[in-house]
Amino acid sequence: MHRTKVRVAEDALDANETIALANREDFDRASVRVVNLMSAPGAGKTSLLEQALADLDGIRAGVLEGDVQGSVDADRIAALHVPVAQLNTDPGFGGECHLDANMVRSAIPSLPLDDIDLLVIENVGNLVCPAEFRVGEDARVMVASVAEGEDKPLKYPLMFRTCELVLINKVDLLPHLDFDLDRFLYNLDAVNPDVARMELSARTGEGVDQWRSWLAGLPNRVAAAAR
Amino acid sequence: MHELALSRAIVDAVERHAEDRRVVSVQMRIGALRGVVADSLAFYFEVVSRGTACDGARLDHEPVAALLACPACGETWDPTQPLPRFRCPSCGAGGDVVRGDEFEVESITVEEEDACIAPR
Repeated sequence: MHRTKVRVAEDALDANETIALANREDFDRASVRVVNLMSAPGAGKTSLLEQALADLDGIRAGVLEGDVQGSVDADRIAALHVPVAQLNTDPGFGGECHLDANMVRSAIPSLPLDDIDLLVIENVGNLVCPAEFRVGEDARVMVASVAEGEDKPLKYPLMFRTCELVLINKVDLLPHLDFDLDRFLYNLDAVNPDVARMELSARTGEGVDQWRSWLAGLPNRVAAAAR
Repeated sequence: MHELALSRAIVDAVERHAEDRRVVSVQMRIGALRGVVADSLAFYFEVVSRGTACDGARLDHEPVAALLACPACGETWDPTQPLPRFRCPSCGAGGDVVRGDEFEVESITVEEEDACIAPR
C-alpha cells in the first residue's frame, strides 16, 4: 500500500454548475426566463410576488416554491391563479436551507414550461447558502427588509454581491425603526457597486409598480442581451 | 450551515476522483470572498464523510487572499479589509475579482495497492 497525490483542480461546486446549465438549457428551449428570488426568512418574498404577479402586462408567470416544509406559500400563489409547483427540501433533501440545481432539476417535470414566459423560483429563506448554488436562473434578485438592519450587506457580502437587483421591502415601517436607509445604501454600494435597487412595501403597494415592470421586462432584456 | 452544504459538495467532488481508493487527505484552495469558516468546514467534512471514500480523511486548505482590480484605472486592492469594499479606492469604479472566489479541490491524497512488480 502506498500513497499517491491525485491532481483534481476542480471547483467543488462544478457538479452543481453543470446541472444548473442543464436546467438553463431546458428553460431556454421553452423560452422561459427564470428569476432566483432570495432573502432571509420573513423579508417578504411571497408578499412581493403576490403584489407583482397578479397583473404582469401579459407576461405569463409561474412560481416554483422552495420551502423546508409545507405549502403555505404555494397556496397563497395558487389563490392568484398563477401556476405554482412546490419543492420541499425536507423529505428528500435533508431539510436543506436552500435550493440547489439538482433539486430544481427534479421539479422541472412538474412545471408548465410551455404555458409560461417567466418562472420565479422562491428560494427557501436564508442569506448564506442560496448564494453558493446557482439553479439555472437568468437573474438573481434578493429582498432585504428594513426590519433586518442596515449592516446586512457587510455581514452577508456573498449574497448581496451576486444579485442583480435588491428589493428593499417594508419601507412603510421606516418611521417606526432606527434603520438608517442611507447607511444601508452605502453598505450595499460597498459590496455591489451600482446594483439596481428598489424601495418598496408589499403591505402598502408603494413602489411595487417598478418591481412589476422589472419582472415583466425581463424576457425582453434577456433576449436583447443574447443578440 | 453554509459549511455543511459546502462540505457535502467537497465529498461529492472528491469521490468522483478517488475511484474507490481510500482518501487520506484533501487539499483545497479557498478564497477569502467565499466567507468559509475553516474550522466549521473541517467539522462538517468529518461528519458528512463518514461511510464515504473520505471517511477519516484530513481536510487541508490554503487560504487565498482576495484581490480586486479596477477595470478603469488599473488599481488593485484587497476588498475585505477593514470592511467589504468592492468599489475602486482611487477612481470609484466597480472592481473585478482577480482572486478570492476560489473554492477548489486542488488535489487529493489516496491510498493505492502496490503494483505487482514480480518478474514474469
